[in-house]
Amino acid sequence: MRMPLALLLAGLLAAETALAQERQTCEIPRSFLFGSNDLKHVTEAVTKQHKLTIAVVGTGSSILAGPEGPASAYPARLEAALKQRLPGTAIKVVTLVRSRMSAEDMAHGMGKLLADEKPDLVIWQTGTLDAIRRIDPDDFRTALEQGVETLQKGGADVILMNMQYSPRTDIMVALGPYADNMRVVAQQHEIPLFDRLAIMRQWSDSGAFDLYAAGKDNVLAHRVHDCIGRGIAVMITDAAHLRDLRPGQ
Amino acid sequence: MQTPVVTTERDLRLDLFRGIALWLIFLDHIPSNLVAWVTIRNYGFSDATEIFVFVSGYTAAFVYGKEMRERGFVVAGARILRRTWQIYVAHVFLFAIYLAEISYVATSFENPLYAEEMNVLDFLKQPDITIVQALLLKFKPANMDILPLYIVLLLLFPPILWLLQRRSTLALGASVLLYVLTWHFNWNLPSYPSGHWFFNPFAWQLLFVFGAWCALGGAQRLAAVLQSPITLAIAIAYLVFAFCITLTWYIPGSETYVPHRLEELIYPIDKVNLDVLRFAHFLALAVVTVRFVPREWPALKSPWAWPPIVCGQHSLEIFCLGVFLSFAAHFAMVEISAALWMQVLASVIGILIMVAAAWLITWYKKAEGRRPGSRPKTTPDADLAGGEA
Repeated sequence: MRMPLALLLAGLLAAETALAQERQTCEIPRSFLFGSNDLKHVTEAVTKQHKLTIAVVGTGSSILAGPEGPASAYPARLEAALKQRLPGTAIKVVTLVRSRMSAEDMAHGMGKLLADEKPDLVIWQTGTLDAIRRIDPDDFRTALEQGVETLQKGGADVILMNMQYSPRTDIMVALGPYADNMRVVAQQHEIPLFDRLAIMRQWSDSGAFDLYAAGKDNVLAHRVHDCIGRGIAVMITDAAHLRDLRPGQ
Repeated sequence: MQTPVVTTERDLRLDLFRGIALWLIFLDHIPSNLVAWVTIRNYGFSDATEIFVFVSGYTAAFVYGKEMRERGFVVAGARILRRTWQIYVAHVFLFAIYLAEISYVATSFENPLYAEEMNVLDFLKQPDITIVQALLLKFKPANMDILPLYIVLLLLFPPILWLLQRRSTLALGASVLLYVLTWHFNWNLPSYPSGHWFFNPFAWQLLFVFGAWCALGGAQRLAAVLQSPITLAIAIAYLVFAFCITLTWYIPGSETYVPHRLEELIYPIDKVNLDVLRFAHFLALAVVTVRFVPREWPALKSPWAWPPIVCGQHSLEIFCLGVFLSFAAHFAMVEISAALWMQVLASVIGILIMVAAAWLITWYKKAEGRRPGSRPKTTPDADLAGGEA
């Protein structure tokens, strides 16, 4: 009985070697990345126009400080990972990050963003500041819905990205209601949610990263952002059904 | 109009479940604690807060209701207000401990990954405003929302209790009406720096008043309903439904099995305003519990039941201690290790400390002249049960 089972497992593993290689550096369980919500505009842009414009809208946790910051933060890492995954596609990732912006502030700017950048996909990172300021969860949700609907009507796909897992400060910020609202809005609008909170928590629990570290460790920050960027790239290629486009598969 | 039927003997089940609720609140308040998977919030819509508010309403009515009948509105009202003051002082004490922890974090933490999260320390830059807002109960750090809710509930309790004793149905009806109007008009108290109270007192009063109503004869009136097998079946069906929905929050990918229509119907499940689904979940839990844990359940007198019961009998002190211990456990996880063994150790030691403290308080009260005759027997366990917090 054991032999067929082992063979089956080996077969499954072989079929996913490409994925497995990535997982060795920063493992993200498949279920965190693969859902049933599609990115139709991304599929169309890549398969028909061979280009993909992504706008990352977010706050302080979408950037890193220092001279190497811009190249090391996850938007730049996402761009690099996508270029690798989708050769032949003109990938452009623009970052529109301003610190201390609530979801409502950002939602107001979505119309202008669509006009200025004409993105195929908007990655909207939010929630942290709203949780810190204890903005009414209902107001937060309304802002999310408003922003997502503006983007969808404007012809862009959306991925929501929630907060970072921050074990040192999480006794001081109640993230729960905000994370819940993001999950619900994503579910109801049928858009993928990049569950950064759960993913980073998984990395912390599995010992992949020591997120309890207190010191000025730039290496840790760069590695975490690199993994997040790659994780989003996997999520995008899956949700837009672009896996088959990869050469050598 | 009828005179309320009130049993005089203390119901140990109340202490037992309040004690367990205190433990669960402690476990839930330790961030990143895997032991918290045992707590009920992971298996349904409601959590320990509902148990706690309900039992507190029940015991407050039980103790102060007796007082009000025997010594009048003024004396009972004054005692309720004194209790309110004690809870306020306890809240300010906890805030001081919170300030100590957060100030320490502010000076020791500089990870560039978390530049944005450091904004949580912003309020330290304006202590003049923050501390005054905290004293006004407008600035409430995370996990410190329950005591302010209690302060408001108790402050308004004397007239409610008065009405409950005269026209209990009217009082309960008024409570339901306030709940409905709160949902309709979005009433809530303002918070600092923005938003509203995390536990909206105008909504959560429903559970507190319902607890009080049950204590003053409501439970007997509901007896027929509670004993009905149909009620039990509905309750169990609802608990299973809530369990399945909750599972989809924790198993990634499983949310696709929830029909879209159902999602639109039930979400969001609003904790701030005590969502009807949460209230119903608590009721279902109560129905099942009352059915399977009778008042004269022998196990209530067993040594195994003693630790949670003794904690439940000193709820204000043990609640405050629990908040402090959750800070301490978080501190130990940050400074020493956050491994699973530490999470288990911190959880177990925390509960042991809570039990030891409750035992010590009992001992003090005995030693301080709860000798027979030193105090009228008319207020049995008043301070114990008065621990509504």
